[in-house]
Amino acid sequence: MSAPRRPSDPSGLERYYVLTGGRSGPGGSASSLDVATLVVSRSDPVPGMQHEHEEIIRRCREPLSAAELGAHLGLPFNILAVLLSDLLDTGRVEARDPVPAHEAGRGPDLALLEEVLSGLERL
Amino acid sequence: MDLKGFDQAGRHTAGDTRSVKVMIAGGFGTGKTTMVRSVSDIKPLTTEETLTQASADVDRLIGVADKTETTVSLDFGKIGLNDSLVLYLFGTPGQERFWFLWNGLFKGALGAVVLVDTRRLASSFRAIEEMERQNVPFVIALNVFPDSKDYPVDEIRDALDIPGNIPVVAFDARDRSASRDVLVALIHHLRDRSAAAVESR
Repeated sequence: MSAPRRPSDPSGLERYYVLTGGRSGPGGSASSLDVATLVVSRSDPVPGMQHEHEEIIRRCREPLSAAELGAHLGLPFNILAVLLSDLLDTGRVEARDPVPAHEAGRGPDLALLEEVLSGLERL
Repeated sequence: MDLKGFDQAGRHTAGDTRSVKVMIAGGFGTGKTTMVRSVSDIKPLTTEETLTQASADVDRLIGVADKTETTVSLDFGKIGLNDSLVLYLFGTPGQERFWFLWNGLFKGALGAVVLVDTRRLASSFRAIEEMERQNVPFVIALNVFPDSKDYPVDEIRDALDIPGNIPVVAFDARDRSASRDVLVALIHHLRDRSAAAVESR
């Protein structure tokens, strides 16, 4: 695990500003995005699309977590979330949050736990 | 379950894939990344979370140049459990000053493994307190380092003040099957809790 740091290259911030059109966090559909949310493409890239949007669509032909996307694209999570919200809002990708969604006072489903167990036991 | 757009029946069967999340917590240097690495199907990756949310109201008036943005890294791995279920393991940042972030991190997690270095028990006190405060179900895993004294599990349970219903297991984080067994212990614990909750209804 690497130590926390401040971005040493100020141009990083400028780059993110350009990528997101100056937005610092996602609105609407992506505001609850989790690191383990799975993203899957629902369309092909179209000409003239922002490079990062195209890249997300290409990489998510198979479901990929938001954390993996961020790692592959080299983008901090909140910047990725802004880009994902554009694609979610236009229906170009879909997102599925990890199960169980947070519900106070309710533990995970027993059937799900059994499924996790049998998967682990096969390792 | 929170579905976004999945109601429009997927033409990709891939849309049926689900994910679950387990957090690997513990003090700095207790072996969180080692455990993720030994049990993950992929080489561990790092995702960066930029912390500005806590001071968002203040920052709005301040120029970018003044911003004290800090980035924490989460190392993570994944395990394909079956054709349609993926388990993601996230190591939490070990630095105490970022623990305010944990509210968001633990949302949606099945539970957590708290790693303890038996030579430095105190380094995991804060992690255990956080699990209790946030009501995150967890197991304690003693990472047995080669030069660790052979601590009896019961003594450590007492020293850490862990209630009897929470499993405390010893393992070597470098070993894949031992790490897998810790995850199995966590899922057993979650199952017992859920079963108990159903009975008491």
